[in-house]
Amino acid sequence: MKVTEKDVTYVADLANLELSEQERTRMVRDLNSILGHVDSLNELDTTNVPPMAQVSDRFGLDDSRQGSARFAYASRDDIHEGLRKSLPHDVVLANAPDSDGTFFKVPKVIEK
Amino acid sequence: MDLRNLTIDAARSAVAEGKTTATALAESYFAKIESDDPKIGAYLMLSKERALTKAGEVDALAKKGEKLPPLAGVPVGIKDVLVTKGVRTTAGSKILSNYIPPYDCTAVARLESAGAVVLGKLNCDEFAMGSSNENSAYKPVHNPRDLSRVPGGSSGGSAAAVAADMAVATLGSDTGGSIRQPASFCGVLGLKPTYGRVSRYGLIAFASSLDNIGPFAKTAKDAAIMLRTIAGRDPMDSTSAEVPVPDYVSEVDKPVKGMKVGVAKEYFGEGLEPETRAAIEAAIQKLAKLGCEIVDVSLPHTKYAIPAYYLVATAEASSNLARFDGVRYGHRAKAVRSLSDMYRRSRDEGFGAEVKRRIMLGTYALSAGYYDAYYLKAQRVRTLLTNDFIEAFKKVDVIVGPTSPTPAFKLGEKVDDPLAMYLADIYTVTANLAGIPGISIPVGNSKESLPIGMQIFGKHFDEATILRLAHAYEKAA
Repeated sequence: MKVTEKDVTYVADLANLELSEQERTRMVRDLNSILGHVDSLNELDTTNVPPMAQVSDRFGLDDSRQGSARFAYASRDDIHEGLRKSLPHDVVLANAPDSDGTFFKVPKVIEK
Repeated sequence: MDLRNLTIDAARSAVAEGKTTATALAESYFAKIESDDPKIGAYLMLSKERALTKAGEVDALAKKGEKLPPLAGVPVGIKDVLVTKGVRTTAGSKILSNYIPPYDCTAVARLESAGAVVLGKLNCDEFAMGSSNENSAYKPVHNPRDLSRVPGGSSGGSAAAVAADMAVATLGSDTGGSIRQPASFCGVLGLKPTYGRVSRYGLIAFASSLDNIGPFAKTAKDAAIMLRTIAGRDPMDSTSAEVPVPDYVSEVDKPVKGMKVGVAKEYFGEGLEPETRAAIEAAIQKLAKLGCEIVDVSLPHTKYAIPAYYLVATAEASSNLARFDGVRYGHRAKAVRSLSDMYRRSRDEGFGAEVKRRIMLGTYALSAGYYDAYYLKAQRVRTLLTNDFIEAFKKVDVIVGPTSPTPAFKLGEKVDDPLAMYLADIYTVTANLAGIPGISIPVGNSKESLPIGMQIFGKHFDEATILRLAHAYEKAA
Protein backbone atom coordinates (compact mmCIF):
# COMPACT_ATOMS: atom_id res chain seq x y z
CA MET A 1 0.00 0.00 0.00
CA LYS A 2 1.52 3.28 -1.13
CA VAL A 3 -1.14 5.63 0.10
CA THR A 4 -2.23 5.43 3.71
CA GLU A 5 -5.22 6.92 5.49
CA LYS A 6 -2.83 9.55 6.88
CA ASP A 7 -1.76 10.54 3.34
CA VAL A 8 -5.38 10.87 2.29
CA THR A 9 -6.08 13.18 5.22
CA TYR A 10 -3.02 15.28 4.36
CA VAL A 11 -3.84 15.53 0.65
CA ALA A 12 -7.52 16.29 1.34
CA ASP A 13 -6.31 19.13 3.53
CA LEU A 14 -4.15 20.52 0.69
CA ALA A 15 -7.11 20.25 -1.70
CA ASN A 16 -9.57 21.94 0.66
CA LEU A 17 -11.72 18.86 0.93
CA GLU A 18 -13.01 17.37 4.17
CA LEU A 19 -14.18 13.88 3.06
CA SER A 20 -16.34 11.65 5.21
CA GLU A 21 -14.95 8.58 6.98
CA GLN A 22 -16.45 6.40 4.27
CA GLU A 23 -15.01 8.57 1.49
CA ARG A 24 -11.54 8.36 3.02
CA THR A 25 -11.58 4.58 3.18
CA ARG A 26 -12.71 4.40 -0.41
CA MET A 27 -10.10 6.97 -1.47
CA VAL A 28 -7.25 4.91 0.04
CA ARG A 29 -8.41 1.94 -2.02
CA ASP A 30 -8.93 3.85 -5.28
CA LEU A 31 -5.70 5.88 -5.14
CA ASN A 32 -3.67 2.73 -4.46
CA SER A 33 -5.32 0.93 -7.34
CA ILE A 34 -4.64 3.79 -9.77
CA LEU A 35 -1.10 4.51 -8.54
CA GLY A 36 -0.30 0.80 -8.82
CA HIS A 37 -1.02 1.08 -12.52
CA VAL A 38 0.91 4.35 -12.81
CA ASP A 39 4.10 2.61 -11.59
CA SER A 40 4.59 1.18 -15.08
CA LEU A 41 5.97 4.59 -16.09
CA ASN A 42 9.13 3.68 -14.16
CA GLU A 43 9.96 1.12 -16.86
CA LEU A 44 10.94 4.09 -19.03
CA ASP A 45 14.28 5.86 -18.68
CA THR A 46 13.37 9.50 -19.15
CA THR A 47 16.57 11.05 -17.80
CA ASN A 48 17.27 12.96 -21.01
CA VAL A 49 13.68 13.54 -22.10
CA PRO A 50 12.42 17.10 -21.62
CA PRO A 51 9.03 17.45 -19.89
CA MET A 52 6.13 18.65 -22.03
CA ALA A 53 3.73 20.94 -20.19
CA GLN A 54 1.70 21.81 -23.25
CA VAL A 55 1.37 21.34 -26.98
CA SER A 56 1.39 24.87 -28.37
CA ASP A 57 5.04 25.64 -27.79
CA ARG A 58 5.95 22.89 -30.25
CA PHE A 59 3.37 23.26 -32.98
CA GLY A 60 1.89 26.19 -34.78
CA LEU A 61 2.24 28.58 -37.65
CA ASP A 62 5.91 29.37 -37.30
CA ASP A 63 8.07 26.30 -36.79
CA SER A 64 11.23 28.41 -36.59
CA ARG A 65 10.12 29.72 -33.22
CA GLN A 66 9.98 27.79 -29.97
CA GLY A 67 8.38 28.32 -26.59
CA SER A 68 6.82 31.66 -25.77
CA ALA A 69 8.20 33.23 -28.97
CA ARG A 70 5.49 31.31 -30.80
CA PHE A 71 2.89 33.38 -28.97
CA ALA A 72 4.25 36.77 -29.95
CA TYR A 73 0.94 37.45 -31.68
CA ALA A 74 -0.92 36.98 -28.42
CA SER A 75 0.88 39.78 -26.59
CA ARG A 76 -0.29 43.36 -26.47
CA ASP A 77 0.87 46.73 -25.26
CA ASP A 78 0.50 47.28 -21.54
CA ILE A 79 -2.16 49.94 -21.80
CA HIS A 80 -4.60 51.23 -19.22
CA GLU A 81 -7.72 49.00 -19.04
CA GLY A 82 -6.14 46.49 -21.41
CA LEU A 83 -7.81 45.46 -24.66
CA ARG A 84 -11.28 45.24 -23.25
CA LYS A 85 -13.32 46.40 -20.33
CA SER A 86 -14.14 44.11 -17.43
CA LEU A 87 -17.69 42.99 -16.82
CA PRO A 88 -19.83 45.50 -14.88
CA HIS A 89 -19.76 45.17 -11.10
CA ASP A 90 -23.39 44.10 -10.70
CA VAL A 91 -23.04 41.42 -13.38
CA VAL A 92 -20.01 39.94 -11.64
CA LEU A 93 -21.77 39.89 -8.28
CA ALA A 94 -24.99 38.41 -9.66
CA ASN A 95 -23.84 34.82 -9.08
CA ALA A 96 -22.34 35.43 -5.65
CA PRO A 97 -23.84 33.33 -2.84
CA ASP A 98 -23.49 36.39 -0.59
CA SER A 99 -22.57 40.00 -1.33
CA ASP A 100 -23.29 43.49 -0.05
CA GLY A 101 -23.58 44.92 -3.55
CA THR A 102 -19.96 46.06 -3.60
CA PHE A 103 -17.99 43.10 -2.25
CA PHE A 104 -18.27 39.32 -2.01
CA LYS A 105 -19.12 38.50 1.58
CA VAL A 106 -17.41 35.61 3.36
CA PRO A 107 -17.18 34.42 6.97
CA LYS A 108 -14.63 36.16 9.16
CA VAL A 109 -11.13 35.55 7.77
CA ILE A 110 -9.10 36.29 10.89
CA GLU A 111 -10.32 34.60 14.04
CA LYS A 112 -9.24 35.63 17.48
CA MET B 1 -40.39 17.64 -41.71
CA ASP B 2 -38.58 14.33 -41.22
CA LEU B 3 -35.84 14.90 -38.70
CA ARG B 4 -34.16 11.55 -39.34
CA ASN B 5 -30.92 11.97 -41.26
CA LEU B 6 -31.54 15.72 -41.50
CA THR B 7 -28.19 17.35 -42.32
CA ILE B 8 -27.03 20.94 -41.90
CA ASP B 9 -27.33 21.74 -45.61
CA ALA B 10 -30.76 20.10 -45.86
CA ALA B 11 -32.07 22.02 -42.86
CA ARG B 12 -30.63 25.32 -44.07
CA SER B 13 -31.93 24.82 -47.63
CA ALA B 14 -35.40 23.95 -46.36
CA VAL B 15 -35.46 27.27 -44.49
CA ALA B 16 -33.92 29.22 -47.39
CA GLU B 17 -36.34 27.79 -49.92
CA GLY B 18 -39.35 28.44 -47.72
CA LYS B 19 -40.23 24.73 -47.28
CA THR B 20 -40.22 25.38 -43.55
CA THR B 21 -39.25 28.19 -41.21
CA ALA B 22 -36.48 28.22 -38.64
CA THR B 23 -39.17 28.69 -36.00
CA ALA B 24 -41.17 25.66 -37.17
CA LEU B 25 -38.00 23.59 -37.34
CA ALA B 26 -37.01 24.56 -33.79
CA GLU B 27 -40.55 23.74 -32.60
CA SER B 28 -40.38 20.27 -34.21
CA TYR B 29 -37.10 19.60 -32.40
CA PHE B 30 -38.55 20.76 -29.08
CA ALA B 31 -41.54 18.45 -29.65
CA LYS B 32 -39.19 15.57 -30.45
CA ILE B 33 -37.12 16.28 -27.32
CA GLU B 34 -40.24 16.46 -25.15
CA SER B 35 -41.49 13.13 -26.46
CA ASP B 36 -38.21 11.15 -26.62
CA ASP B 37 -35.77 12.67 -24.17
CA PRO B 38 -37.42 11.47 -20.94
CA LYS B 39 -36.12 7.97 -21.69
CA ILE B 40 -32.70 9.13 -22.95
CA GLY B 41 -31.77 12.07 -20.68
CA ALA B 42 -29.60 13.97 -23.16
CA TYR B 43 -30.75 17.49 -22.23
CA LEU B 44 -30.26 19.17 -18.86
CA MET B 45 -31.91 22.41 -19.88
CA LEU B 46 -33.80 23.77 -22.89
CA SER B 47 -33.18 27.34 -24.03
CA LYS B 48 -36.49 27.91 -25.81
CA GLU B 49 -36.58 31.66 -25.54
CA ARG B 50 -33.08 32.06 -26.90
CA ALA B 51 -33.74 29.51 -29.66
CA LEU B 52 -36.98 31.07 -30.82
CA THR B 53 -35.49 34.57 -30.80
CA LYS B 54 -32.65 33.38 -33.03
CA ALA B 55 -35.03 31.40 -35.27
CA GLY B 56 -37.17 34.55 -35.62
CA GLU B 57 -34.12 36.53 -36.77
CA VAL B 58 -33.30 33.88 -39.38
CA ASP B 59 -36.91 33.82 -40.59
CA ALA B 60 -36.91 37.61 -40.95
CA LEU B 61 -33.76 37.39 -43.09
CA ALA B 62 -35.28 34.62 -45.21
CA LYS B 63 -38.46 36.60 -45.69
CA LYS B 64 -36.48 39.55 -47.03
CA GLY B 65 -34.85 37.13 -49.47
CA GLU B 66 -31.40 37.80 -48.10
CA LYS B 67 -28.55 35.31 -48.41
CA LEU B 68 -28.62 33.11 -45.33
CA PRO B 69 -25.48 32.28 -43.31
CA PRO B 70 -24.13 28.68 -43.41
CA LEU B 71 -25.98 27.43 -40.32
CA ALA B 72 -29.16 29.49 -40.75
CA GLY B 73 -31.96 27.92 -38.74
CA VAL B 74 -29.95 24.78 -37.94
CA PRO B 75 -30.93 23.44 -34.48
CA VAL B 76 -27.90 22.55 -32.37
CA GLY B 77 -27.26 21.44 -28.80
CA ILE B 78 -24.39 22.51 -26.52
CA LYS B 79 -22.57 20.43 -23.92
CA ASP B 80 -23.18 21.91 -20.49
CA VAL B 81 -19.48 22.67 -19.89
CA LEU B 82 -19.69 25.51 -22.43
CA VAL B 83 -21.02 28.70 -20.88
CA THR B 84 -24.09 30.38 -22.35
CA LYS B 85 -25.01 33.90 -21.34
CA GLY B 86 -28.22 33.92 -19.35
CA VAL B 87 -28.76 30.16 -19.75
CA ARG B 88 -27.93 28.03 -16.70
CA THR B 89 -24.65 26.14 -17.10
CA THR B 90 -23.84 23.41 -14.59
CA ALA B 91 -20.96 21.36 -16.03
CA GLY B 92 -23.06 18.41 -14.83
CA SER B 93 -22.20 19.39 -11.25
CA LYS B 94 -24.26 20.26 -8.18
CA ILE B 95 -21.68 22.90 -7.29
CA LEU B 96 -22.90 24.98 -10.27
CA SER B 97 -26.60 24.13 -9.99
CA ASN B 98 -27.57 27.83 -9.94
CA TYR B 99 -24.88 29.29 -12.17
CA ILE B 100 -26.08 31.75 -14.82
CA PRO B 101 -23.05 32.71 -16.92
CA PRO B 102 -22.57 36.43 -17.71
CA TYR B 103 -20.91 35.71 -21.09
CA ASP B 104 -20.94 33.32 -24.05
CA CYS B 105 -18.37 30.71 -24.99
CA THR B 106 -16.66 31.76 -28.25
CA ALA B 107 -17.57 28.53 -30.08
CA VAL B 108 -21.26 28.97 -29.18
CA ALA B 109 -21.21 32.65 -30.19
CA ARG B 110 -19.66 31.71 -33.54
CA LEU B 111 -22.32 29.08 -34.20
CA GLU B 112 -25.07 31.59 -33.46
CA SER B 113 -23.41 34.25 -35.62
CA ALA B 114 -23.59 31.70 -38.44
CA GLY B 115 -27.34 31.37 -37.85
CA ALA B 116 -27.49 28.27 -35.62
CA VAL B 117 -30.39 27.89 -33.20
CA VAL B 118 -29.28 26.70 -29.73
CA LEU B 119 -31.92 24.29 -28.42
CA GLY B 120 -30.40 23.70 -25.00
CA LYS B 121 -27.65 22.36 -22.81
CA LEU B 122 -26.56 18.75 -22.95
CA ASN B 123 -25.91 16.31 -20.15
CA CYS B 124 -22.35 15.21 -19.42
CA ASP B 125 -20.13 13.70 -16.76
CA GLU B 126 -19.47 16.16 -13.95
CA PHE B 127 -16.78 18.62 -15.14
CA ALA B 128 -16.32 16.30 -18.15
CA MET B 129 -14.73 13.66 -15.94
CA GLY B 130 -15.90 10.24 -17.00
CA SER B 131 -16.27 7.76 -19.84
CA SER B 132 -19.90 6.73 -19.40
CA ASN B 133 -21.89 9.85 -18.47
CA GLU B 134 -22.78 8.13 -15.19
CA ASN B 135 -20.93 10.85 -13.26
CA SER B 136 -23.52 13.49 -14.14
CA ALA B 137 -24.86 14.88 -10.87
CA TYR B 138 -28.31 15.17 -12.44
CA LYS B 139 -29.14 11.99 -14.34
CA PRO B 140 -27.47 9.35 -16.48
CA VAL B 141 -27.83 9.39 -20.28
CA HIS B 142 -29.12 6.23 -21.95
CA ASN B 143 -27.66 5.14 -25.28
CA PRO B 144 -30.39 5.68 -27.92
CA ARG B 145 -29.30 2.48 -29.67
CA ASP B 146 -29.82 0.38 -26.51
CA LEU B 147 -31.31 2.08 -23.47
CA SER B 148 -29.66 -0.37 -21.06
CA ARG B 149 -26.26 0.85 -22.16
CA VAL B 150 -24.17 3.97 -21.60
CA PRO B 151 -23.78 6.56 -24.37
CA GLY B 152 -20.10 6.97 -23.51
CA GLY B 153 -18.65 10.05 -21.93
CA SER B 154 -18.04 12.57 -21.01
CA SER B 155 -20.02 14.22 -23.84
CA GLY B 156 -22.73 11.51 -23.64
CA GLY B 157 -25.63 13.92 -24.05
CA SER B 158 -24.04 15.53 -27.12
CA ALA B 159 -23.62 12.15 -28.83
CA ALA B 160 -27.04 10.84 -27.83
CA ALA B 161 -28.83 14.00 -29.00
CA VAL B 162 -27.42 13.63 -32.52
CA ALA B 163 -28.02 9.86 -32.58
CA ALA B 164 -31.66 10.31 -31.47
CA ASP B 165 -32.35 13.21 -33.88
CA MET B 166 -32.80 15.67 -31.03
CA ALA B 167 -30.36 18.11 -32.72
CA VAL B 168 -28.85 18.29 -36.20
CA ALA B 169 -25.38 18.68 -34.70
CA THR B 170 -23.91 19.41 -31.26
CA LEU B 171 -20.80 20.65 -29.52
CA GLY B 172 -18.86 18.61 -26.99
CA SER B 173 -15.48 18.76 -25.32
CA ASP B 174 -12.66 16.23 -25.47
CA THR B 175 -9.91 16.05 -22.83
CA GLY B 176 -9.08 12.34 -23.17
CA GLY B 177 -11.62 11.04 -25.68
CA SER B 178 -14.82 12.67 -24.45
CA ILE B 179 -16.00 13.45 -28.00
CA ARG B 180 -14.66 10.47 -29.93
CA GLN B 181 -15.64 7.66 -27.53
CA PRO B 182 -19.33 8.68 -27.13
CA ALA B 183 -19.51 9.26 -30.90
CA SER B 184 -18.38 5.67 -31.42
CA PHE B 185 -20.80 4.31 -28.76
CA CYS B 186 -23.78 6.14 -30.30
CA GLY B 187 -22.97 5.63 -33.98
CA VAL B 188 -22.31 9.26 -34.98
CA LEU B 189 -19.23 11.28 -35.99
CA GLY B 190 -17.23 13.11 -33.37
CA LEU B 191 -14.23 15.34 -34.06
CA LYS B 192 -11.53 16.44 -31.62
CA PRO B 193 -9.61 19.23 -33.37
CA THR B 194 -5.91 20.04 -32.96
CA TYR B 195 -5.10 21.74 -29.65
CA GLY B 196 -5.30 25.46 -30.42
CA ARG B 197 -7.59 25.08 -33.44
CA VAL B 198 -10.73 26.09 -31.55
CA SER B 199 -10.82 28.73 -28.83
CA ARG B 200 -11.41 27.37 -25.33
CA TYR B 201 -12.83 30.68 -24.10
CA GLY B 202 -15.97 29.83 -22.17
CA LEU B 203 -15.16 26.13 -21.77
CA ILE B 204 -15.23 25.35 -18.04
CA ALA B 205 -11.66 24.10 -17.62
CA PHE B 206 -10.87 20.50 -16.68
CA ALA B 207 -7.25 20.06 -17.91
CA SER B 208 -6.19 23.15 -19.79
CA SER B 209 -3.37 21.61 -21.82
CA LEU B 210 -5.62 18.75 -23.00
CA ASP B 211 -9.10 20.30 -23.36
CA ASN B 212 -10.64 20.81 -26.81
CA ILE B 213 -14.06 21.83 -28.09
CA GLY B 214 -15.35 19.95 -31.12
CA PRO B 215 -18.47 18.91 -33.04
CA PHE B 216 -20.73 15.86 -33.22
CA ALA B 217 -22.53 15.35 -36.52
CA LYS B 218 -24.23 12.79 -38.73
CA THR B 219 -21.94 13.28 -41.73
CA ALA B 220 -18.32 14.27 -42.37
CA LYS B 221 -19.53 17.28 -44.34
CA ASP B 222 -21.60 18.47 -41.37
CA ALA B 223 -18.59 18.05 -39.09
CA ALA B 224 -16.60 20.12 -41.61
CA ILE B 225 -19.21 22.89 -41.59
CA MET B 226 -19.27 22.94 -37.78
CA LEU B 227 -15.47 23.04 -37.53
CA ARG B 228 -15.14 25.77 -40.17
CA THR B 229 -17.56 27.86 -38.12
CA ILE B 230 -15.92 27.49 -34.71
CA ALA B 231 -12.21 27.28 -35.70
CA GLY B 232 -9.64 30.06 -35.74
CA ARG B 233 -7.77 32.49 -33.58
CA ASP B 234 -9.66 34.18 -30.76
CA PRO B 235 -8.00 36.99 -28.77
CA MET B 236 -9.87 35.74 -25.69
CA ASP B 237 -7.80 32.50 -25.63
CA SER B 238 -4.07 33.07 -25.93
CA THR B 239 -3.52 29.39 -26.79
CA SER B 240 -5.86 29.57 -29.79
CA ALA B 241 -3.42 29.39 -32.65
CA GLU B 242 -2.85 31.91 -35.37
CA VAL B 243 -2.98 29.27 -38.09
CA PRO B 244 -5.18 29.87 -41.17
CA VAL B 245 -8.46 27.92 -41.25
CA PRO B 246 -8.92 26.10 -44.56
CA ASP B 247 -12.34 25.64 -46.13
CA TYR B 248 -12.91 22.18 -44.69
CA VAL B 249 -16.16 21.85 -46.62
CA SER B 250 -14.60 22.06 -50.07
CA GLU B 251 -11.62 19.99 -48.87
CA VAL B 252 -13.78 16.94 -48.08
CA ASP B 253 -14.53 16.32 -51.74
CA LYS B 254 -10.90 16.00 -52.78
CA PRO B 255 -9.80 12.47 -53.78
CA VAL B 256 -8.17 10.08 -51.31
CA LYS B 257 -6.41 7.89 -53.87
CA GLY B 258 -2.78 7.53 -52.88
CA MET B 259 -3.35 8.75 -49.34
CA LYS B 260 -0.97 6.97 -46.96
CA VAL B 261 -2.97 5.41 -44.12
CA GLY B 262 -0.97 4.21 -41.14
CA VAL B 263 -2.01 1.27 -38.99
CA ALA B 264 -0.29 0.97 -35.60
CA LYS B 265 -0.02 -2.54 -34.18
CA GLU B 266 -0.16 -1.14 -30.65
CA TYR B 267 -3.83 -0.28 -31.26
CA PHE B 268 -4.72 -3.89 -32.02
CA GLY B 269 -3.28 -5.59 -28.94
CA GLU B 270 -4.66 -7.25 -25.84
CA GLY B 271 -8.05 -5.98 -24.68
CA LEU B 272 -9.42 -5.19 -28.12
CA GLU B 273 -12.68 -7.09 -28.51
CA PRO B 274 -12.61 -9.46 -31.54
CA GLU B 275 -15.79 -8.03 -33.08
CA THR B 276 -14.43 -4.50 -32.87
CA ARG B 277 -11.13 -5.64 -34.34
CA ALA B 278 -12.93 -7.33 -37.25
CA ALA B 279 -15.00 -4.21 -37.98
CA ILE B 280 -11.91 -1.98 -38.00
CA GLU B 281 -9.98 -4.41 -40.19
CA ALA B 282 -12.88 -4.51 -42.65
CA ALA B 283 -12.98 -0.70 -42.70
CA ILE B 284 -9.23 -0.59 -43.43
CA GLN B 285 -9.82 -2.98 -46.34
CA LYS B 286 -12.42 -0.54 -47.67
CA LEU B 287 -9.90 2.30 -47.46
CA ALA B 288 -7.47 0.17 -49.47
CA LYS B 289 -10.19 -0.36 -52.10
CA LEU B 290 -10.60 3.43 -52.29
CA GLY B 291 -6.98 3.60 -53.38
CA CYS B 292 -5.35 4.40 -50.05
CA GLU B 293 -1.97 2.92 -49.37
CA ILE B 294 -2.01 1.01 -46.07
CA VAL B 295 1.29 1.36 -44.20
CA ASP B 296 2.37 -0.29 -40.94
CA VAL B 297 3.57 2.20 -38.33
CA SER B 298 4.57 1.92 -34.71
CA LEU B 299 3.57 4.03 -31.71
CA PRO B 300 5.78 2.22 -29.21
CA HIS B 301 4.86 4.13 -26.04
CA THR B 302 1.09 3.65 -26.35
CA LYS B 303 0.84 1.42 -23.26
CA TYR B 304 2.12 4.28 -21.10
CA ALA B 305 -0.53 6.69 -22.31
CA ILE B 306 -3.16 5.97 -19.66
CA PRO B 307 -0.89 6.43 -16.62
CA ALA B 308 0.70 9.56 -18.14
CA TYR B 309 -2.69 10.95 -19.04
CA TYR B 310 -4.33 10.36 -15.67
CA LEU B 311 -1.45 12.11 -13.88
CA VAL B 312 -1.31 15.15 -16.19
CA ALA B 313 -5.10 15.50 -16.42
CA THR B 314 -5.76 15.18 -12.69
CA ALA B 315 -2.88 17.49 -11.75
CA GLU B 316 -4.29 20.19 -14.00
CA ALA B 317 -7.82 19.49 -12.75
CA SER B 318 -6.81 19.86 -9.10
CA SER B 319 -5.54 23.33 -9.94
CA ASN B 320 -8.44 24.35 -12.21
CA LEU B 321 -11.10 23.21 -9.74
CA ALA B 322 -9.59 25.20 -6.89
CA ARG B 323 -11.71 28.12 -8.12
CA PHE B 324 -14.88 26.44 -6.84
CA ASP B 325 -14.77 27.70 -3.29
CA GLY B 326 -18.25 29.07 -2.64
CA VAL B 327 -17.14 32.71 -2.78
CA ARG B 328 -17.87 34.20 -6.22
CA TYR B 329 -20.34 31.69 -7.70
CA GLY B 330 -21.68 28.23 -7.14
CA HIS B 331 -22.77 26.34 -4.05
CA ARG B 332 -21.94 27.64 -0.58
CA ALA B 333 -22.43 25.46 2.48
CA LYS B 334 -24.78 26.77 5.18
CA ALA B 335 -23.96 27.48 8.83
CA VAL B 336 -20.20 27.39 8.49
CA ARG B 337 -17.78 28.03 11.37
CA SER B 338 -15.00 29.79 9.47
CA LEU B 339 -13.70 30.65 6.01
CA SER B 340 -11.76 27.42 5.66
CA ASP B 341 -14.74 25.44 6.94
CA MET B 342 -16.81 27.15 4.25
CA TYR B 343 -14.37 26.19 1.49
CA ARG B 344 -14.21 22.58 2.58
CA ARG B 345 -17.87 21.99 3.20
CA SER B 346 -18.93 23.81 0.03
CA ARG B 347 -16.60 21.62 -2.02
CA ASP B 348 -17.51 18.45 -0.10
CA GLU B 349 -21.23 19.04 -0.71
CA GLY B 350 -20.85 20.33 -4.26
CA PHE B 351 -18.47 17.82 -5.89
CA GLY B 352 -19.31 14.22 -6.74
CA ALA B 353 -17.17 11.14 -6.03
CA GLU B 354 -15.22 11.03 -9.31
CA VAL B 355 -14.38 14.72 -9.20
CA LYS B 356 -13.09 14.36 -5.64
CA ARG B 357 -11.09 11.29 -6.66
CA ARG B 358 -9.39 13.21 -9.48
CA ILE B 359 -8.72 16.28 -7.34
CA MET B 360 -7.13 13.97 -4.76
CA LEU B 361 -5.01 12.09 -7.31
CA GLY B 362 -3.88 15.34 -8.95
CA THR B 363 -3.09 17.02 -5.63
CA TYR B 364 -1.13 13.94 -4.55
CA ALA B 365 0.86 13.92 -7.82
CA LEU B 366 1.75 17.58 -7.35
CA SER B 367 2.51 17.43 -3.64
CA ALA B 368 5.99 17.86 -2.16
CA GLY B 369 8.01 14.67 -2.55
CA TYR B 370 5.86 13.25 -5.34
CA TYR B 371 6.05 16.01 -7.98
CA ASP B 372 9.14 14.59 -9.73
CA ALA B 373 8.11 10.96 -9.46
CA TYR B 374 4.60 11.49 -10.79
CA TYR B 375 3.81 14.81 -12.45
CA LEU B 376 7.20 15.55 -14.01
CA LYS B 377 7.62 11.89 -15.00
CA ALA B 378 4.25 11.96 -16.77
CA GLN B 379 5.23 15.13 -18.63
CA ARG B 380 8.43 13.47 -19.86
CA VAL B 381 6.46 10.45 -21.04
CA ARG B 382 4.10 12.87 -22.78
CA THR B 383 7.08 14.02 -24.86
CA LEU B 384 7.81 10.40 -25.82
CA LEU B 385 4.18 9.76 -26.80
CA THR B 386 4.16 12.93 -28.90
CA ASN B 387 7.44 11.97 -30.58
CA ASP B 388 5.86 8.61 -31.49
CA PHE B 389 3.26 10.45 -33.57
CA ILE B 390 5.79 12.87 -35.11
CA GLU B 391 7.90 9.92 -36.26
CA ALA B 392 4.92 7.96 -37.59
CA PHE B 393 3.59 10.98 -39.47
CA LYS B 394 6.88 11.23 -41.38
CA LYS B 395 5.71 8.08 -43.20
CA VAL B 396 1.92 8.51 -43.42
CA ASP B 397 -0.82 11.14 -43.84
CA VAL B 398 -3.23 9.69 -41.27
CA ILE B 399 -3.31 6.86 -38.73
CA VAL B 400 -6.41 4.71 -38.19
CA GLY B 401 -7.50 2.35 -35.44
CA PRO B 402 -10.36 1.56 -33.09
CA THR B 403 -11.85 4.41 -31.03
CA SER B 404 -12.70 2.16 -28.10
CA PRO B 405 -11.70 -1.44 -27.32
CA THR B 406 -15.38 -2.43 -26.92
CA PRO B 407 -18.80 -1.15 -27.98
CA ALA B 408 -21.05 0.58 -25.42
CA PHE B 409 -21.10 -1.21 -22.07
CA LYS B 410 -24.06 -1.55 -19.68
CA LEU B 411 -25.06 1.18 -17.26
CA GLY B 412 -23.56 0.33 -13.87
CA GLU B 413 -21.06 -2.15 -15.31
CA LYS B 414 -17.86 -0.22 -14.47
CA VAL B 415 -19.14 2.37 -12.06
CA ASP B 416 -17.42 0.83 -9.01
CA ASP B 417 -14.04 0.34 -10.63
CA PRO B 418 -12.42 3.65 -11.60
CA LEU B 419 -9.29 1.99 -12.99
CA ALA B 420 -11.31 -0.22 -15.37
CA MET B 421 -13.16 2.88 -16.53
CA TYR B 422 -9.86 4.73 -17.13
CA LEU B 423 -8.34 1.83 -19.08
CA ALA B 424 -11.20 2.00 -21.60
CA ASP B 425 -9.73 5.35 -22.79
CA ILE B 426 -6.56 3.65 -24.05
CA TYR B 427 -6.97 4.60 -27.74
CA THR B 428 -8.16 8.16 -27.28
CA VAL B 429 -5.98 9.83 -24.63
CA THR B 430 -2.90 9.76 -26.90
CA ALA B 431 -4.31 12.41 -29.26
CA ASN B 432 -4.89 14.81 -26.34
CA LEU B 433 -1.39 14.31 -24.94
CA ALA B 434 0.14 14.92 -28.39
CA GLY B 435 -2.38 17.64 -29.34
CA ILE B 436 -3.21 16.06 -32.70
CA PRO B 437 -6.70 15.96 -34.24
CA GLY B 438 -8.80 12.80 -34.30
CA ILE B 439 -12.23 11.86 -35.57
CA SER B 440 -14.40 8.84 -34.78
CA ILE B 441 -16.64 7.61 -37.60
CA PRO B 442 -19.19 4.78 -37.51
CA VAL B 443 -17.94 1.73 -39.41
CA GLY B 444 -20.32 -1.05 -38.47
CA ASN B 445 -22.32 -2.77 -35.79
CA SER B 446 -21.72 -5.61 -33.38
CA LYS B 447 -23.96 -8.72 -33.36
CA GLU B 448 -26.00 -6.94 -30.70
CA SER B 449 -26.49 -3.99 -33.08
CA LEU B 450 -24.14 -1.75 -31.11
CA PRO B 451 -22.22 0.81 -33.17
CA ILE B 452 -18.46 0.45 -33.65
CA GLY B 453 -16.31 3.51 -34.33
CA MET B 454 -13.05 3.88 -36.20
CA GLN B 455 -10.69 6.64 -35.25
CA ILE B 456 -8.64 8.63 -37.76
CA PHE B 457 -5.71 10.65 -36.39
CA GLY B 458 -4.16 13.49 -38.39
CA LYS B 459 -1.11 15.72 -38.23
CA HIS B 460 -1.24 18.93 -36.19
CA PHE B 461 -3.67 21.38 -37.84
CA ASP B 462 -4.51 18.89 -40.60
CA GLU B 463 -8.20 18.30 -39.85
CA ALA B 464 -8.86 18.71 -43.57
CA THR B 465 -7.23 15.37 -44.39
CA ILE B 466 -9.03 13.33 -41.72
CA LEU B 467 -12.36 14.88 -42.73
CA ARG B 468 -11.61 14.07 -46.37
CA LEU B 469 -10.95 10.41 -45.54
CA ALA B 470 -14.05 10.26 -43.32
CA HIS B 471 -16.13 11.68 -46.16
CA ALA B 472 -14.70 9.24 -48.74
CA TYR B 473 -15.40 6.28 -46.42
CA GLU B 474 -18.94 7.48 -45.78
CA LYS B 475 -19.69 7.81 -49.51
CA ALA B 476 -18.30 4.35 -50.24
CA ALA B 477 -20.04 2.61 -47.31
